[in-house]
Amino acid sequence: MKKNSEKVIEGGLAFSALITILTTVGILWVLLSESIGFFQEVSIIDFLTDTQWTPLFVQKHYGILPLLSGTFLTTAIAVAVALPIGLTIAVYLSEYAPKSLRKKVKPALEILAAVPTVVYGFFALTVVTPFLQLFIPGLGSFNAISAGIVMGIMIIPLISSLSEDALFAIPKSLREASYGMGATRFQTAFKVAVPSASSGIVVSVILAIARAIGETMIVSIAAGQQPILTMDPRDAVETITAYIVQVSLGDVQHGSIEYKTIFAAGITLFIFTFILNNISYWIKKKYQEKYE
Amino acid sequence: MNNLQKNRLYDTTFKYFGIACTSFGLIVLTIFLVDIIIEGAQRIDWDFLMNLPSRRPQKAGILTAWTGTAWILGLTAIISIPFGVAAGVYLEEYGKKSRLATIIEINIANLAGVPSIIYGLLGLEIFVRVFNFGGSLMAGAFTLALLILPIIIVATREALKAVPSTLRQASFGMGATKWQTIWYQVLPASSGGILTGIILALSRAVGETAPLIVIGALAYVPFVAKSPLDEFTVLPMQIFNWVSRPQHGFVVNAAAAIIILLLITFVMNGIAVYLRNKWQKKVNW
Amino acid sequence: MDIITTKNVNAYYGDNHVLKDITLEIEQNSVTAFIGPSGCGKSTFLRTLNRMNDYIDGFRKDGNIIVDGQDIYDKSVRVEELRQKIGMVFQKPNPFPKTIFENVAYGLKIQGVKDKTKIAEVVEESLKQSALWEEVKDDLNKSALSLSGGQQQRLCIARTLAVQPSIILMDEPASALDPISTAKIEELIAQLKEDYTIVIVTHNMQQASRISDKTAFFYMGDMIEYDKTKDIFTHPKNERTENYITGRFG
Repeated sequence: MKKNSEKVIEGGLAFSALITILTTVGILWVLLSESIGFFQEVSIIDFLTDTQWTPLFVQKHYGILPLLSGTFLTTAIAVAVALPIGLTIAVYLSEYAPKSLRKKVKPALEILAAVPTVVYGFFALTVVTPFLQLFIPGLGSFNAISAGIVMGIMIIPLISSLSEDALFAIPKSLREASYGMGATRFQTAFKVAVPSASSGIVVSVILAIARAIGETMIVSIAAGQQPILTMDPRDAVETITAYIVQVSLGDVQHGSIEYKTIFAAGITLFIFTFILNNISYWIKKKYQEKYE
Repeated sequence: MNNLQKNRLYDTTFKYFGIACTSFGLIVLTIFLVDIIIEGAQRIDWDFLMNLPSRRPQKAGILTAWTGTAWILGLTAIISIPFGVAAGVYLEEYGKKSRLATIIEINIANLAGVPSIIYGLLGLEIFVRVFNFGGSLMAGAFTLALLILPIIIVATREALKAVPSTLRQASFGMGATKWQTIWYQVLPASSGGILTGIILALSRAVGETAPLIVIGALAYVPFVAKSPLDEFTVLPMQIFNWVSRPQHGFVVNAAAAIIILLLITFVMNGIAVYLRNKWQKKVNW
Repeated sequence: MDIITTKNVNAYYGDNHVLKDITLEIEQNSVTAFIGPSGCGKSTFLRTLNRMNDYIDGFRKDGNIIVDGQDIYDKSVRVEELRQKIGMVFQKPNPFPKTIFENVAYGLKIQGVKDKTKIAEVVEESLKQSALWEEVKDDLNKSALSLSGGQQQRLCIARTLAVQPSIILMDEPASALDPISTAKIEELIAQLKEDYTIVIVTHNMQQASRISDKTAFFYMGDMIEYDKTKDIFTHPKNERTENYITGRFG
């Protein structure tokens, strides 16, 4: 009798774990089924090559490139901010700072990651943009650079924390060999430690990129809602995520082609983040064995 | 300048650069917070907290928004906690070596990296349409529950891992079954860590906007939700809506609402950190 | 009367042959000691007696282990019931992070006993049997972790006694304790012998010679010699036994 109830409990627990599989299956099914419907009406060549994205206008174009350029422009700015700062913080904390400082700073930086993104969007729009307008002539109220900078600030802890863990995992003996030869902390850090931890650092950057690509609120609020194909950070742009928000706020008929565009955009986004996350998982697995 | 001096210079310069970068993020955050408080603090009064939204900024309040947040918090917790903890228990205590468990593990790592707006698309098709919940609290809660499930699962596993095997051995040695050991010994011993993870996950859910926009949380909700099937709005959504308006009064409102949202977020995170410290001290037995 | 009989027991961790053809009988109400150098298999053999090795990946065994007339590895045997009959005390005291009372009552709880008076009676009786009652009776709600090492171990013994086993297995129960606590535990074992059968693994030969009736000497997975303790320590039949006992190795 008892043995049966043990099996039932185990089954229930296993089912709970299976929900995660169901979630993935659900995501794939939802994205694929609607996208297939979309691509029955829009050719995939058009989707990938048309330079205009105007599904909500009278003259409809379905080229994803403007949304892609918006996403990548803001992401590039974000990484350009977060990478040097995040990596510097990681190197400083692991090679220079006293242990006690490291213990205090790490949680403080986590606060940056805990702030809701809509709040960051508010900052980008009402603080950063006006500030930048003082220096950059002709900067509009919606632009890629403010959103990019604020996204960058948000993902600093992602790069600094993971890179720091990677540096921390290197055996002390490597550093001692370098110091023993008279190298400075700076030389040891960048000639020995960082190269050794490079796989962990690369993983952190890839994850940061994936995070920035998927970010929604900051860009929806501050970057704009005009899908333009541009590389100029002063322009207003629309990202894939901001487009999905734009459509969701409006009145779009279920089943219409406009409705399906958000899934076409969604599956594009999903493919990019999926690839990035798996690359980072693979790199982590491959290089983790090094120091075990 | 010879080589040694040059290297020393780089070393010292980098040290100060490092200090600067480390302070940068925190300084910027402080500037933002001060700006928010200056903009929004005086707007917060009883009326602001208890009023419904309105087309006129001075009359608009966050009643529907914070009650919506409370609803979402409660419903999401009810859905995600039992399944999340159960899944964590299964993966850590039962399924360790099976192929299935490895697949589930990889899958969870993937899910954690999926942008939250994609969960919104999932919720839109499955909960809003197929399950027919409409753009309701139920749809929102289920969507957010799926979003934070991986966080709870991982936190549960970490907490369970920290329980020493001698505890399980002692229980088995006395003839307890696997489930009895888990229920009477392992779970109570790891409850601090699990609770910390749950609070952090819920605090994340409270700040989420994108998935809720997609499933149809409304921008303008002039009534307080009374049942899980009602339409709703939440604080971050209300903030988003006000920020998008041109009138300065709404910007002030947004700032005030942000203060409330940040208060909630920081209190939740603070409790979680406090619990984690308390629990980690206990674990050293 | 023999309560435990093992016949040709071989055990393997993966490809590692850790127990080789162990055959012995253990009498009821006796104290039997297993001695031998580290890694000789004595703890492994002890754990086959209550199937604690079931949890180790790659563990296999053949041969028979018969307790009270039944082969304990038979498919029909419920391992939880087995462990209520054969209790175990571990090397490092491992009380549950709960109160003293809850620790001793745990065995009853998992058996579904709900009668509060009965539970309280059993708790008191077990603590008395393990010579801990006088020291803790004033506050049974104190955390078990606040007791000293020696007290914790006696608590672990009390909690094992509470389920009324007939056999108690002890895996180096005093090796983590100070000499005074060790002496108390040894005294306890001498008393418990009247009602229980005790099998104790120890690396302390003086301890084995003090408290046990029979001793088995293990070496590299083999059982080299098994005899009355007096005889093993005064005129061992096997040269290796003699070498171990006189300290030439181990």
